[in-house]
Amino acid sequence: MSTWIGPRQLSRRGVLGMNRRNVAYISRYNPRTRFPLVDDKLKTKLIAHKAGIQVPELLHVVRTQHEIEDIEARLDPLSEFVIKPAQGSGGKGILVIESRDADAYIKNNRERIALNTIKRHLSNIISGLHSLGGRYDVAIVEALVKVSSLFRNVSHEGVPDIRLIVFQGYPVMGMLRLATAASNGKANLHRGAVGVGLDIGTGLSIAAVQNDRIIQTHPDTKADLTHLAVPNWRQILLLAAQCFDVTQLGYLGCDIVIDQNLGPLLLELNARPGLSIQIANDAGLLPRLRHIEELEFSAATVEDRVDYAMQAFTRGRSPKQTNLWEES
Amino acid sequence: MTQRGPFVFLVVLLLLAGVGVAAFRQQEYRIPLLPGAQQTVWEVEARISFRARGGTAQAYLTLPPNQDGFRVVSETGASSGFGFELGTLRSQRRAHWTKRNAQGEQILFYKLQLVHDPNYRVDSIPPFETPRVAWDEPYRTAAQQIVQSTLPISADARTLAQQLINNMNLFPADQNISLLRGRYDEPTLLANLLLSADVTARKVQVLALEDGRRRQALRNYVQVWDWDEFRWYLFNPRLGPVTDLDNLLLWQTDTPAVLEVMGGTRSRVSFSMISQARSMLALTEESPGFGFSLYTLPIAEQGMFKLIMLLPVGALVVVFMRLVVGVRTSGTFMPVLIALAFLQTELIPGVLSFVLVIIIGLLIRSYLSQLNLLLVARIATLIILVVGIISVFSVMSYRLGLMAGLKISFFPMIILAWTIERMSIIWEEEGPREVLVQGGGSLLVAVLAFLLMDLTIVRHLAFNFPELHLCVLALVMVLGRYTGYRLLELTRFAGLKDT
Repeated sequence: MSTWIGPRQLSRRGVLGMNRRNVAYISRYNPRTRFPLVDDKLKTKLIAHKAGIQVPELLHVVRTQHEIEDIEARLDPLSEFVIKPAQGSGGKGILVIESRDADAYIKNNRERIALNTIKRHLSNIISGLHSLGGRYDVAIVEALVKVSSLFRNVSHEGVPDIRLIVFQGYPVMGMLRLATAASNGKANLHRGAVGVGLDIGTGLSIAAVQNDRIIQTHPDTKADLTHLAVPNWRQILLLAAQCFDVTQLGYLGCDIVIDQNLGPLLLELNARPGLSIQIANDAGLLPRLRHIEELEFSAATVEDRVDYAMQAFTRGRSPKQTNLWEES
Repeated sequence: MTQRGPFVFLVVLLLLAGVGVAAFRQQEYRIPLLPGAQQTVWEVEARISFRARGGTAQAYLTLPPNQDGFRVVSETGASSGFGFELGTLRSQRRAHWTKRNAQGEQILFYKLQLVHDPNYRVDSIPPFETPRVAWDEPYRTAAQQIVQSTLPISADARTLAQQLINNMNLFPADQNISLLRGRYDEPTLLANLLLSADVTARKVQVLALEDGRRRQALRNYVQVWDWDEFRWYLFNPRLGPVTDLDNLLLWQTDTPAVLEVMGGTRSRVSFSMISQARSMLALTEESPGFGFSLYTLPIAEQGMFKLIMLLPVGALVVVFMRLVVGVRTSGTFMPVLIALAFLQTELIPGVLSFVLVIIIGLLIRSYLSQLNLLLVARIATLIILVVGIISVFSVMSYRLGLMAGLKISFFPMIILAWTIERMSIIWEEEGPREVLVQGGGSLLVAVLAFLLMDLTIVRHLAFNFPELHLCVLALVMVLGRYTGYRLLELTRFAGLKDT
């Protein structure tokens, strides 16, 4: 495979470039005033919850240093939880506690840590260690998402999530993001996580990429990535499409996780979603974005929008594909 | 997005305005479009400051003599509230400012315009008489011994001067030299030794002409009279004969002090200079009515504007590299400031010292990150460290005889501190590879900006035709509307190639 692609071919495939994304989509469709809603995970959580969108349950918020002193009593009833900075980006500062015993908390990598370590972590979050530009931040304590055992076969560690690009309320492109050893358990593509393009009509996998290059199997788990199918696909799309009504951001990236018991949950939103999703889908975003821009009237309800998108942006069911979820 | 029409109109308007005004000024004031098509005009400004005691105040400033290679076009010394006249004391020209009632801080300017003309020759004035040197003991014996040991290995006045300079700069120093050096500074010692050997020599002060320099002082050199060729020869008491006289302006030859102030204290004089590309015609014809011209600013400020006017060029390079090529840099416009520093340090020493400072800074910063300092304190710590690193560098390179190392102090230290901070955060969050990508990107953009800003034609146009920056503005605006692919996206999206 050649390492260069001609601009004409790129344009014929309808690939959205960084400049056009910034000028023609982000600055045109995303009002500046709505950015804080998505840059602060706590705000996102609260407005999503208010609108009836399912999110991982918010257990506690730690806003000031002196609140840390009596955190023990608040953590006492919890055996598993996640601590994250509200304004951290790219998976920074996330601490996952999976269980505990008499004198220690046990992290997702089996490491045992004391309460003092948790206190120091909270203190670091509040003084802005993980936030952009070192601004003061708040720490969120939320319920641990129970990764479906089906996902465990595929992902290295960490929680796999589904990134959907929602344009004007229509889901236009999606991908499953899987952590790898190279990405340190994070599901961020630029850190070396795997992205698996998903068909909007069916939730079946299209292609998988790591570091912008096509791969067939997961580099660590060796799981086959070409025949994946995401269950409850329409429900996931409905959840993502709702986010547009809540935030009024026209060009939005929605990150959704699937909890074994609770189903799809909204993890976070992104007003400047990346462009690698196009490689994982082996398709450009532009034709789909233009398709939506040229609609004469917008469908009124979330259901109508999702049904329209599922019909318009599918590439058809391939007979070879099997449902991994049903097999296991 | 705004309409296309008004935008295109604005861009065309800016382009036309820029080119139009430049063309008009070129025609009207005969400012040459290309550098080197005219004689270099030096504008030299002496800035005198002193604190008047109250009462009469007078200041005398020694003025450069008429000399080979430089033709004086004009000189002015008017300063508000002061009477001014030009005079001569013995062979030395002097400016004289007077004021009946002066109180507090006083600032006087003397402005001189010179044309560098290698064919311009002045009749040499032979020295009046050779003064005798009165040495005290034990210096007399030491001086005699030096002269006696040096005379046999020299042929004439000039070779004697050269041998004496060699002797004086020997390491380890000769015992007699050490003794005399304890009493006399180098130029005085050299002149006195030459006089003792019956060679006509004198201490002079020269101004090194370097474009855009501010707050410069005069340098002490020694002149030796050659009776055979009937002219003076200039010697640097540390290095030997000075052959490249193109950028040295002889300022003071006779009177003991360059500046004399009566009725004031804390007097000092400093020199600023700038070279301009104006034709002789323009120099004499330029109407004072053309108010909005950079030429009307004081020389020191003009020198600064020579640099400031290069900033838009650097910004254009950054915009191009970001939006069209897609190079990632750490800190969007940081490369421009680094490129400005390169202009002072020269490219290779600049790049080397920049990389070294960043690497050392990163090493120290990795320790700092364990201390869990808050951001502002962390940056402040880094600023102090950068100042420290740069001082150590300067001293070390000076000791090693690398004068280029001294210019490291031109780097914007606060920007360096921020760069180190940002790089180390990238290191922690994205890994060392990303640091290399962004650091290399920043350096690449800085070097490209430097190469463009260092072009003689670019410097010439940017300063002499500031209206051309309207065209740069138009270009930046056009690039700002570029929605095509970035060059690096062509490889990023290579996976989408048809198979």
